[in-house]
Amino acid sequence: MKKISVLDRILLLFTGLLAAYQISFGINELNPLPTWSYTVGFGVLLVAGLLLIILGFEGLESQAVVIVSTLIPLSISLGLVAEHLPQYKYPYLVFAVLGFAAIAITRYTAENKTATIVLAVTHGIAGSLITFLPIILSIQGKVPAGYFLVGVAGALIGVGGLLLAFLKAGKPILSQKLILTVLPLLLLLMTTAFVFGFSFN
Amino acid sequence: MNKMRSSLKTIKRKYFPLVKSLQTALLLITGIAGYMSARCPVHNIPTVLGLAGSLLLSISGSTVLNMWYDRDIDAIMPRTSKRPLSTGEVQPKEALIFGLVISVIGISWALVLDPLYGIIVFAGLFFDVVVYTIWLKRRTAWSIIWGGISGGMPILAGRVLGTGQIDWVGITLALGVLFWIPTHILTFSIRYHDDYKKAGVPTFPSTYSFQTTRLIIAISSVLATLAFGAASYGVGLTWGFMRLLVVLSVGLFVLAVQSLRSPSERITFGLFKYASLYMLSAMLLMFFTGI
Repeated sequence: MKKISVLDRILLLFTGLLAAYQISFGINELNPLPTWSYTVGFGVLLVAGLLLIILGFEGLESQAVVIVSTLIPLSISLGLVAEHLPQYKYPYLVFAVLGFAAIAITRYTAENKTATIVLAVTHGIAGSLITFLPIILSIQGKVPAGYFLVGVAGALIGVGGLLLAFLKAGKPILSQKLILTVLPLLLLLMTTAFVFGFSFN
Repeated sequence: MNKMRSSLKTIKRKYFPLVKSLQTALLLITGIAGYMSARCPVHNIPTVLGLAGSLLLSISGSTVLNMWYDRDIDAIMPRTSKRPLSTGEVQPKEALIFGLVISVIGISWALVLDPLYGIIVFAGLFFDVVVYTIWLKRRTAWSIIWGGISGGMPILAGRVLGTGQIDWVGITLALGVLFWIPTHILTFSIRYHDDYKKAGVPTFPSTYSFQTTRLIIAISSVLATLAFGAASYGVGLTWGFMRLLVVLSVGLFVLAVQSLRSPSERITFGLFKYASLYMLSAMLLMFFTGI
């Protein structure tokens, strides 16, 4: 396992600070469901960043990491749906809860292939929503143009999520060392895009 | 000029390690956060400087006096055997005089600032040096309760200086620190279990078991987060800051539970570091609310 470097720690610290800023100042004046959905998403990012700083990349070895990290795309996509497509918020809430439960259950009980499929499907739907919904909304002029950055963050979260998911499934797309080298920068870029994107809303 | 610089360097090398700078800084921050939580005239520079100065001297004084009293066990434990009193770089009499002088100056300064504030600062020093270190530390593992109570005094003192009275918020803030202390000290006692055993200091891991100690850490983490949550409500933390505190609290709780489920050296010390970070963050939130 790659040792965490000082630069990695600095990048993760900035990621954590941006996530903390977003929780404290970036999601006010929203209804409870999107507020708490975004809080969970950015909260997991913040705590994960802090734990990586403290425990190093060895912290990623636990199976629980895959489960908990799924909360990031699921809860942020739930927030987006609740905010912009309120008529679908309850069906999507049900999907998010069931998807999360399915990932948690299959991770510990099902064979690796089934667990990976469940993860890829749930992650894929949530990631696609975060990527395309803000871009479509900004093209339609329903939100300011800069809001498309949330979609960019969604694309980055998709890339990071897939890299980590396949790595944990034992079928890495890139080498473990390369993934861990780019992970802190990827997390920082993603969080920066989220914070700037949401600031246009 | 060179001679003076050299003397300053020597003083720094000999006396600075006696103060335990990180621990002192964290307790000082709790005191300032307690003051800021009262949303009193925080731009009153003389009072803020008086608070910081008197607390710094009192906390440093009690730390030096603890180190003076514990010099025999510090010399036995590998972790503390390099301290200036253990190596003989500082003589016990020097340390005792240094500790007493800065303690007396700190307490006197605190009493001049505000009598009630001064009494609480003195209580913190008394509980830490006399009750915790001299009386109980070598007799019972439960001594950490008194260590925790003394640790909660700076934040209560800061709050009292800001409000002029002891209120439920101040007591709850102090309780938050009291419950946080086991998370901090007990993880330390797990990691350095052999050291404490060698020195004959009773700790929870040696008196009970590692698993019981981890359970107590998990319970105290929950109680600390509940106390800080209640106090934050009383302080009037913004909704955004409250959400942030909830997130950080959940992180602390999850890590405590993880250390209970899959105990390891890495998780235990990770919890120790996260708990410190949690406390610092909670205090910064109080601080920014005050501004």
